[in-house]
Amino acid sequence: MNVPAAAYVVLSAILFFIGIVGVIARRNPLIQLMSIELLFNSANLALVAFARTWDANVGHIFVFLVVTVAAAEAAIGLAIVAIVFRRTTFVDVDEVATLKG
Amino acid sequence: MIGFAVLALLLIASAIFTVTARKPVYSVVGLLVNFVALAATYLTLQAEFLAVIQIVVYSGAILILFVFVIALLSSGTKAFDIGPDRMPRVVWPALLFGIVGAGGIAFAAVRTVTVPVAVAGQTGQAGVFGSVADFGNALFLQNILPFEVTAFILMVAVIGVVLLAGDEIPPRRRPRRPRESISPPREPIAR
Repeated sequence: MNVPAAAYVVLSAILFFIGIVGVIARRNPLIQLMSIELLFNSANLALVAFARTWDANVGHIFVFLVVTVAAAEAAIGLAIVAIVFRRTTFVDVDEVATLKG
Repeated sequence: MIGFAVLALLLIASAIFTVTARKPVYSVVGLLVNFVALAATYLTLQAEFLAVIQIVVYSGAILILFVFVIALLSSGTKAFDIGPDRMPRVVWPALLFGIVGAGGIAFAAVRTVTVPVAVAGQTGQAGVFGSVADFGNALFLQNILPFEVTAFILMVAVIGVVLLAGDEIPPRRRPRRPRESISPPREPIAR
């Protein structure tokens, strides 16, 4: 039983768009970070699908790299959220504009 | 094919729930379902080691980190109460773009090859695509530099998190008195 590779790629694209909507539309920084995780995951899905399609192992190595970067990003992003919340009790990402030029 | 359809529906539904949930805790639950479904999808693509990584790293580490931060930040006053959302303004253009983009990708990729779904009993042996032995071979024998780069990235992330979220910077020792300068004091620049 075979599944067309395009199905996986389209599923990946749909998940990516959902994640982008989450990053753009939500104002809660935690939900924005989770949406970024969705973006990483959709890219991973496309990479795994292509690796399976072409029997290339390098796609799995790419996914390994992306997982590492996602872990680092989550740790640093949550640390930034925590430290900003410690200094100013913000409820909205738009209110954090200290670095605005 | 039926399994893929179920997994795809589960992935999309949990992703939408994650994005549109009212509280971050509900988002975490949706994200958990999404990660587990994605691991199952990896299994259909014969990437069993990546499925295990997906469960361990994402569901085990990153989600717990999210839960800790949510519990830490929302223990005091009402934190992260969502105000007026931008979702109603964004959702229709995003939906339009998403449908057009996915349709375009599907139209472009209609003639590509199909992916054979993993057969039970085939994975797990050495030399089979996607098995742990295969992945380790590719990682440690052919791509050792990316592996070391990941180690470097993790180290930098750990140092950054400790610097960011650690305690206050300890007070510095009193700065030394500046030495007597050898050169004479500079004349102020005439303007």
